[in-house]
Amino acid sequence: MSGTDHHDRPALLEAQALAFARNDEPIFGPLDFALHAGEVVLIEGDNGAGKSTLLRVLSGLLAPSSGEIRLHGEPLTLARLSPQVALLSHQGGLKPELTALENLRFAAGLHGQRAGMSAGTALAGVGLEGYADVPTRQLSAGQKKRVVLARVLLAPVGLWLLDEPYANLDLDGIKLVNRLLERHANGGGAALITSHGAYAYTSGTPRRIPLQAHSASRTADTGAIDGAAAR
Amino acid sequence: MKPGSLPAACAALMRRDLTLVWRRRGDALNPILFALIVVALFPLGVGPEPEQLRRMSAGVIFVAILLAGLLALDTLFRSDYEDGSLEQLVLSRHPLSLLLGCRIAVHWLTTALPLIIVAPLLGELLHLADAVRWVMVCALLLSTPLLSLLGAVCVALTVGMHRSGMLLALLVLPLYVPVLIFGAGACNAAQMGLPYAAPLLWLGAALVMALVVAPLACAAALRISLS
Amino acid sequence: MNALTLWFHKTGSPPTFYRIAGALAPWCFGLGLLLGLAALYGGLLLAPRDYQQGDAYRIIFIHVPCAWMSLFAYFFMAANAFIALVWRIKLSEILAMASAPIGAAFTFITLVTGSLWGKPMWGTWWTWDARLTSELVLLFIYLGILGLYNAIEDRRQAARAAAFLALVGVVNLPIVHFSVNWWNTLHQGQTVRLMGPSKMDGAMLWPLLLMALATHLWFFGSLLARTRVGLLELDGGKEWVRSIALAEGARGNG
Repeated sequence: MSGTDHHDRPALLEAQALAFARNDEPIFGPLDFALHAGEVVLIEGDNGAGKSTLLRVLSGLLAPSSGEIRLHGEPLTLARLSPQVALLSHQGGLKPELTALENLRFAAGLHGQRAGMSAGTALAGVGLEGYADVPTRQLSAGQKKRVVLARVLLAPVGLWLLDEPYANLDLDGIKLVNRLLERHANGGGAALITSHGAYAYTSGTPRRIPLQAHSASRTADTGAIDGAAAR
Repeated sequence: MKPGSLPAACAALMRRDLTLVWRRRGDALNPILFALIVVALFPLGVGPEPEQLRRMSAGVIFVAILLAGLLALDTLFRSDYEDGSLEQLVLSRHPLSLLLGCRIAVHWLTTALPLIIVAPLLGELLHLADAVRWVMVCALLLSTPLLSLLGAVCVALTVGMHRSGMLLALLVLPLYVPVLIFGAGACNAAQMGLPYAAPLLWLGAALVMALVVAPLACAAALRISLS
Repeated sequence: MNALTLWFHKTGSPPTFYRIAGALAPWCFGLGLLLGLAALYGGLLLAPRDYQQGDAYRIIFIHVPCAWMSLFAYFFMAANAFIALVWRIKLSEILAMASAPIGAAFTFITLVTGSLWGKPMWGTWWTWDARLTSELVLLFIYLGILGLYNAIEDRRQAARAAAFLALVGVVNLPIVHFSVNWWNTLHQGQTVRLMGPSKMDGAMLWPLLLMALATHLWFFGSLLARTRVGLLELDGGKEWVRSIALAEGARGNG
């Protein structure tokens, strides 16, 4: 069940007046939104709107230019964040020379693994049981994406930040992502996903946060893009 | 070891790096080949007289190994940066400096240690005096980790830049100068019959400090580069 | 906020600093030039010949102050780099990056004048004596910082990376000097010594010190001018830059 009955609980992740600029060019913001346990929120926007940058800021890799991020009500530091967040980035983080299983075993060693799950079961969970010993460079783009999803699945974290999780996947893959998201949300986790609109999370009506690409012209007061936290 | 704990993370990282080197073990020979080529060119350039070569031998071998190490430095973070694994290291809950220290250690083990093993052979090519050979190996054992640690800080600053080779060389040169002076200086002192303990001790002291400080500096530099 | 912090905030604000720098820079340049000419007159014409080197030593009046400036510029840059990294103050970033090319130029002049001095002194254009070698490594450090700064697209990230490198260099400088000294004694036995100012004749001393003052003034004049440019570049989209540009445009047309 996703939807509107989670707002009585304290917010898992909160962003207040969050903005990021590079070389004084605004990339996104100021944004205000809150994410609660059990929610899947979709960040929409065209290419170049700053969706990936927003996820990187929320994961702690980049420092915001202004504004604040709060985790469980406390201000965020990278040290507090890292045990609680898994980031699925555009590049994936897989070594091409290692097999799918070796990549997952490394991730498990580095980040730990979810209770009751192993690298093998995570791989099975994304439909790649027979591919454990295949070097990642021999996998197709869709299969590589599934391995990365397995890595996220394996991580013992409550908050998923997924950048374009549907990219490169076929119809079965898309259904897989939705299944994983639904199970994660029902188990008390939360996820923030980006998509440029092609395929969206279909379970219930997810909250959407639109990001608008900033124009190239510099005006004194660039119009503030408010993340319309749809209620 | 509990998965996700610090020892498990370091072990997983080192195991991964050793596996990666093993999968591309042909490439691991490149630094040795390069050092061999540099050393082989010197007699062709300055003449084969044994006396002249003997006087230069320790210094030339040091420079050759230094240059080979410089070439190998590029592989330290590049592939991790390009496929996104470096981000995963930064995002992990463990101190980045410790993880980078493990990375640098495996890198030294797989690029510099083979060079040190080959060094006496290179010495034979240049008629290196017997008395100096073990001083040279000692000096290399102390200097090459220093070169790896100092080089790693500079690589962290230029990570992700295309064609950063010349810039990297420019950045590491001022850091390498003292290491080269003391390392090759110890060998030259031994060759001249002068006491050689002092420069080796300086190298040792510098190595101990670098072991503590360089991974921290490397992590700070990486955070700046990735921001 | 007490008065001192308030004053810092005010002067550190880009438009205020731009104005102050614009007013001060011409004075620094002018005074520096004047004192420099006076120093050259004193050094080249008034000071007596050296009993050992004849007139060849006179290049010391340029060589030594430039050597001092090459080090002063570095420590000034490192101090600002530290402030920029710890407190993320934009002005410190610009000051640090503006001092780098000036310091590099002084280092280059030191090397060239040292080389010109070497010819009559030691009969060779270049010599690997301890100080020249250290100065050469210092030039490489400067070039590395400038190279890194120019290689990164994002100006503020570039300044932070270059500032970090500058701090690494500041730790490295004494180590390099120490090691090069040791290396020199190992291979040459006796280092060639430059005359220390304390042993100099009074008539030789005052032009040297005057030239040192002149180079300091020149450094600050150049620094202020470069910082103004840096501020304009970094704050390009802001209101205060636009009003200055409009004012300049109006003045040009009017």
